[in-house]
Amino acid sequence: MIEIKDLHKSYKTGENSLHVLKGINFSAKEGELVSIMGSSGSGKSTFLNILGMLDEADEGTYELDGFPIKNLTEKVAAKYRNKFLGFIFQSFNLISYKTALDNVSMPLYYQGIKRKERVDKAMSYLEKVGLADWATHLPNQLSGGQKQRVAIARALASEPKVLLADEPTGALDTKTSYEVMELIQGINDEGKTILVVTHEHDIAQMTKRIVDLKDGRIIDDRLVDQVKAKAHV
Amino acid sequence: MFDIERWQEIFQTLGKNKLQTFLTMVSVFSGVLILIILIGFSTGIQNGVRSQFEQDATNRIAIRGGVTTKEYKGLNPGRYIQLRNQDFQDINRKYEDDLEYKTGVYNLWGGQVTYGKETGNYRIEGANPDQQFIENESLIAGRYLNEKDITESRKVAVIGNQVKSDIFKQEDAVGKTIKIFDINFRVIGVYSDPGGEREETRVFIPLPTAQRVFNGADNLRSLAYTIQMSDNFDDAVALSASLAQSIENDIKNKYSIAPDDTNGVRVYDTLEEAKKIYGLIDTISAVFWFIGIGTIIAGVVGVGNIMLIVVKERTKEIGVRKALGALPSSIIGMILQEAVFITAIAGFTGLFLGVIALNIVSPMLDNDFIKFPRVDFATSITIVVIIIVAGTLAGYFPARRAANIKPIEALRDE
Repeated sequence: MIEIKDLHKSYKTGENSLHVLKGINFSAKEGELVSIMGSSGSGKSTFLNILGMLDEADEGTYELDGFPIKNLTEKVAAKYRNKFLGFIFQSFNLISYKTALDNVSMPLYYQGIKRKERVDKAMSYLEKVGLADWATHLPNQLSGGQKQRVAIARALASEPKVLLADEPTGALDTKTSYEVMELIQGINDEGKTILVVTHEHDIAQMTKRIVDLKDGRIIDDRLVDQVKAKAHV
Repeated sequence: MFDIERWQEIFQTLGKNKLQTFLTMVSVFSGVLILIILIGFSTGIQNGVRSQFEQDATNRIAIRGGVTTKEYKGLNPGRYIQLRNQDFQDINRKYEDDLEYKTGVYNLWGGQVTYGKETGNYRIEGANPDQQFIENESLIAGRYLNEKDITESRKVAVIGNQVKSDIFKQEDAVGKTIKIFDINFRVIGVYSDPGGEREETRVFIPLPTAQRVFNGADNLRSLAYTIQMSDNFDDAVALSASLAQSIENDIKNKYSIAPDDTNGVRVYDTLEEAKKIYGLIDTISAVFWFIGIGTIIAGVVGVGNIMLIVVKERTKEIGVRKALGALPSSIIGMILQEAVFITAIAGFTGLFLGVIALNIVSPMLDNDFIKFPRVDFATSITIVVIIIVAGTLAGYFPARRAANIKPIEALRDE
């Protein structure tokens, strides 16, 4: 599903150049649930941004589901993001003046799907995350965990190949974190490929594979015995 | 543009920024309103001044005797200069090629005019048939003075429309007999004048009749001419000015008036005045447009500014949209449409209310120099185009900025 070879990325800040990613080789098969760990400054967010086509690598190759991701125009990048990827953010990034339902149907709007179909689809994903009763609520009427679940429904709505989650539990308390992880595990169990960036070990233990990043290099890549979040809830 | 979803989005974001939207709309609205009112009034001033000039022929030259104020060639100041028939004939002969219509005028400032029981006080003017064209009068009924009236010194009168409605009411005036200072005159015509009421409260009778009946001998109060118009306005103005100057010099020579005595004889050169006033009006109207456009620009810059703030505030949202697959064009379209929508709604409201305001104010204006202030259709269309272009401009730069937002930067958690 994801094939990355010898990825380099550096940022220029004034005169200095900061070499953030120093040759990353990584691949993930369909249906994997991978956590990417590392302290801040390890390059894990940059890595995720490149995976998410929000940023482009300086060197190296990146293939997503067989499509080479290189020199994309804004337009093509937007299309690929919509088709291939679902994003889950630490701070949810729901649009504050839109209802839960409208938030979830947004990616479908950009796919050009007709309103009726869009609403049906969005509703079914809200049901999936257990928030059907909250469809008409605005984000500020929802709890943190509920917001993140709306965001997950939104990420799923466009039926992407890969879900990218950037610290999905970073803003949540432990109990809610586990609930969100339970949902993510459930989605993974249905066969969706999911990458989670986190710095929390207990969250990482709930994935199937942990990749450790340090100073722009992968220092460890191991399979783990997945801890089911349900046991903790 | 006709995407209902897009409109829903616009109303949602506008609803979210109610105060900003409102203030922006007020600035555009007032800009357009001010422009409309200024243009309306500049049209009104044009109408008013034009009608001031139209009360007489615009190429009119009038010569009036006065009282000298300077000693000259041993003559004391304070002499009254009386123009006579001979002066009229001299000028006619000398400037024959350049003059079109000619008349001497002998008038009484106030004369009692009576028909039946109705009576009124009007200006009585003895004049030649040419006076009709010099005064820019058109006949409503009957005929004007003719050569026979003059040569036979007939007791006939052409009365102004106002005089007619004052003393004849609904009755037909032509053919009726009126009394001017108890002398019978037959009404032969009724005229109207673009100058309005003031110009229509006069009674014209043949010049020789006036001089004879009112003991005028061969005295004239004034001489009036129109000059031959050429196609080129500037040439006509130049001819008019040189004729006026030349005639003034002749009269000053003949009556021994000091060359620098401006009071001994007065020559009014209408074209020269008209040129000055029309030039002034053009300037006024240009200044009004300038101010109006300026206020619209201020309003539009306001819209642009607000849209920039909106874009800034919505940076994160736009980043999210892009991450979810929004095309740059859809982001540009969104911001642009919002800006055009705000400007158009506010602009059209201003346009609409401005036109209504002018329509309300117009009948209440009782001023000779401002008449029928209004904004014509072509101007309205121009303003509509300006509004839409302005809205597009106001939205374009913020929209570009929005489209260039990098989702990665927008989404960075602080």
